[in-house]
Amino acid sequence: MGNNPYSPHTEADRAAMLERVGVRDIDELLGAIPNDARHPKLGIGPGLSELEVQAHLERIAKLNTTAGSGPFFIGGSIQRRYIPAAVPVLALRGEFLTAYTPYQPEVSQGTLQATFEYQSLMAELLAMEVVNSSMYDGSSATAEAAFMAVRVTGRHKVIVATEVDFTYRRTLRTYGRGPELEIIEVPTAKLASSAEGAACLIVQHPDAFGSLVDVRQIADAAHAAGALCVQVTEPHANALLEPPGALGVDIAVGEGQPLGITMSYGGPHLGIFACRESLVRQMPGRIAGQTLDANGTRGFVNTLQTREQHIRREKATSNICTNEALAAITAAVYLSLLGPEGLRAAARAGVARAHKLANRLAALPGCAIANDGPFFDRFTLRTEMGGWDLRNALIALGIQVEATASHYYAGAKQTGKEPAQANAKPYVGGRREGRDDVIVQCTELTTEADADALVDAVAQLTRSGETVAAR
Amino acid sequence: MSVRTQTIPDVGAKTPVPALEPLLFELARPGRSGRHVVSHDAADIPAAFQRKAPLRLPELTEPQVVRHYTHLAQLNYSVDTGMYPLGSCTMKYNPKVNDRVASLFADLHPRQSYRTTQGVLALAYEIEQMLAKITGMDFVSLQPQAGAQSEFTALLVFKAYHAKRGEAATRRRIIVPDSAHGTNPASAAMCGYQVTTVKSDARGNVDLDALRSALGPDVAGFMLTNPNTLGLFEERVRDVCDAVHAAGALVYGDGANMNALLGVARPGDLGFDCVHINVHKTFSTPHGAGGPGAGPLCVKAHLRPFLPKPWIVREADGSYHYDTAREDREPAGLGDSIGTIKQRLGNFGVLVRAYTYMKTLGEEGMVETGRDAILAANYLLALLRPAYDLAYDRPPMHEFVISAAKQKKQGASALDVSKALLDEGFHSPTVYFPLIVPEAMMIEPTETEPRETLDAFAAAMLRIAERVKTDPAAVRDAPRFTPLRRLDEVTAARKPVLRYAVPGVAGAE
Ligand SMILES: Cc1ncc(COP(=O)(O)O)c(C=O)c1O
Repeated sequence: MGNNPYSPHTEADRAAMLERVGVRDIDELLGAIPNDARHPKLGIGPGLSELEVQAHLERIAKLNTTAGSGPFFIGGSIQRRYIPAAVPVLALRGEFLTAYTPYQPEVSQGTLQATFEYQSLMAELLAMEVVNSSMYDGSSATAEAAFMAVRVTGRHKVIVATEVDFTYRRTLRTYGRGPELEIIEVPTAKLASSAEGAACLIVQHPDAFGSLVDVRQIADAAHAAGALCVQVTEPHANALLEPPGALGVDIAVGEGQPLGITMSYGGPHLGIFACRESLVRQMPGRIAGQTLDANGTRGFVNTLQTREQHIRREKATSNICTNEALAAITAAVYLSLLGPEGLRAAARAGVARAHKLANRLAALPGCAIANDGPFFDRFTLRTEMGGWDLRNALIALGIQVEATASHYYAGAKQTGKEPAQANAKPYVGGRREGRDDVIVQCTELTTEADADALVDAVAQLTRSGETVAAR
Repeated sequence: MSVRTQTIPDVGAKTPVPALEPLLFELARPGRSGRHVVSHDAADIPAAFQRKAPLRLPELTEPQVVRHYTHLAQLNYSVDTGMYPLGSCTMKYNPKVNDRVASLFADLHPRQSYRTTQGVLALAYEIEQMLAKITGMDFVSLQPQAGAQSEFTALLVFKAYHAKRGEAATRRRIIVPDSAHGTNPASAAMCGYQVTTVKSDARGNVDLDALRSALGPDVAGFMLTNPNTLGLFEERVRDVCDAVHAAGALVYGDGANMNALLGVARPGDLGFDCVHINVHKTFSTPHGAGGPGAGPLCVKAHLRPFLPKPWIVREADGSYHYDTAREDREPAGLGDSIGTIKQRLGNFGVLVRAYTYMKTLGEEGMVETGRDAILAANYLLALLRPAYDLAYDRPPMHEFVISAAKQKKQGASALDVSKALLDEGFHSPTVYFPLIVPEAMMIEPTETEPRETLDAFAAAMLRIAERVKTDPAAVRDAPRFTPLRRLDEVTAARKPVLRYAVPGVAGAE
């Protein structure tokens, strides 16, 4: 008693339990463990009180500079957005937080209905027919989409655009080493002409640099070649942009974190996975479905489980078991609070602020916007300084932006047998060919003062002379 | 909706059954909304790209949304509600301080510079060190986001290891025991391997002879859960590992059952080449209605070169960064690494909770946890023995598997018993797994249930066993006091309704 504060057993309890078991000591139950391996010394130190552990972690947390502590323009698939107060209050209720997979639907209708509602909301947002209950994150969802396309088409070649988030492509390449897929990266502009013999074409819209992409033409080319079209999407963009389901996309995937989920240095987040109804039996992951109980009352269950590992084992469509159910519930709470107008407002704010900021920055001498065409709520800034130097200099001024390295977006070729690293020849598609830039993301949390600070700092750093005061 | 009442059997008290809740879409009315985000900005988007598809999300006010989710929550059973003895899932208490501490790290983006995230890197580095010590391994990758993703990661590591030795083309098979969790063969198949299943012996161990004859130069690895899914410690674990190694293959430890071994034994001392940890089981992080979890992969030194990148480096001055040259400016140089499973540090928010838990327990608390978990399982088994069969009769570790085969003959299956338990106010154990026990009920009490609760659970199980003898039809009819009766899963799968049908829309169901 006393060493684990969450263990309820008194010494009297333990004695009584041992007696009932019929042994004098717990060690008598450990006979199967090799003698010399029993009772290892771990060397992890003594336990702390709650007060001590809280203080200890507060000290460590102070070593970080949080996003909210200054002008913040890092984004991409993970975005700093406003989270309504009711979101954590509801989604983190103990009845959701401390339940597990709804194996007993009669006492899990809260989880199952909330999941069914998430699927319904997300299907509506993406205009896709079927959405699963969640994948781990956007990157694994993208890799699983490629695997699904391989199952559907029986082909082993995957073509992915170089303007897809580089971390997604890294995960895809890593996953692809398992079934030894051929993975070829080509610029978005060359996707449509690369469809021959492919299982799928993977495009991101808006792409990693923020640029808008003509997805319909890519989907058409994929279908003409018997391939599937996979779109990597962002939830807020779908409030304003034609959604994947209206563009001929077969599988839509993405990161659901911007829907009310904290950034938390990368996770836990929400892998969005949607597809055509005709493909649902090849879909990975759990799916909630509607049915009736023995009294004829509507209820919800996990369904189409013969796709899953606990039934099908090595023939399952995926190995996923624990998923990100709580994040899906969180996203549903967020969407139901914002409603269609709130979601559009949040999305519009990001777009409008990004465009205004881009215009101001582009007006500075030596600065240019490197996007090839129209962009959404982030853009790519090129200065004479180079992205990494600019980004590091901005950090010193308390402003955080993301730098892109040209090698992140260089095309790589991975044959089944020999996984290759990014090849040396840099290619940039969604932005003009060049060196390292910075990517500037805006959301509804981006303020006028944030924008002023960035413009001012870039002006000073690039010695162009423009300051906010002189504007 | 009417409020029904539930009679708690053998107590006689009436408590209300929570009423069912309409769907969000059914509560909505056009024009309702909150004012969480308002924007008067105009977005400049070329017409060709603008959304023309309707956006029929429900329109509700905040009070409606709050009631909706509160009502839904009340329909759920959870660890915060009561005992949740779901075997293999370690549904222990989830400390609240862990959640609060995690919020200290919520407002951080994974693409921030190491310069602005020294706290994250320091913490992650220490988590790696602690997990290595607890498992007896040398290095740790925090990237995998759950057990299954860690299995897949490890098998990619195996593949890379064999490739480095020029044996990737010949080693095409992974062996799993017949008691293995479904994720094991599924991960192996996803990784392009053929799967061979070996049987268990009469004592619930891997059948060593069967394993030896399955091993050969075409085998890449063997996946072993220890204690296994029967809750039994593998009696000849070192012989098993030696046999696999003698064939040139590697041993993967599925660490889902690590709770039994906390401070009791370490996989690294038993012959495993690597082991994953389900921190959502062993280290008390909440299961979140199905997830999130985190599945760090702990490996011996010979597998380190293949771990996912980037890695955290600690400098002599106590500062941290990733092993990329001058941050990310130059290619990371993958070396022998398999690549990246999840950018940066996986489900960091979950890992912070696990760290808080490990710090709270400390060495002594860790030891007490493993031992109390084992004691609780053995105690509960002793209470259930009079009524239920035990397939493999030797002391279990932190969980055990009984069989309701006897009850099935009397007219009620493991499923029926599990539904009757819901009426008794408990969550059911895992049923029909592992596959090698007929009418399996896999029970894991964990160390955080008081003896009184274990007694009450056992009493409920014994009552049900009695009722099966006298009135099996009543047990087959359970549950009767839950928000819904048994649900028709067959129709759900045959005629899938997977989303709400917005009225009047073609294509929607
Ligand atoms: C024995 C065993 N192995 C593997 C897993 C998979 O872990 P996860 O659900 O975290 O992917 C589980 C849990 O579900 C398990 O019980």
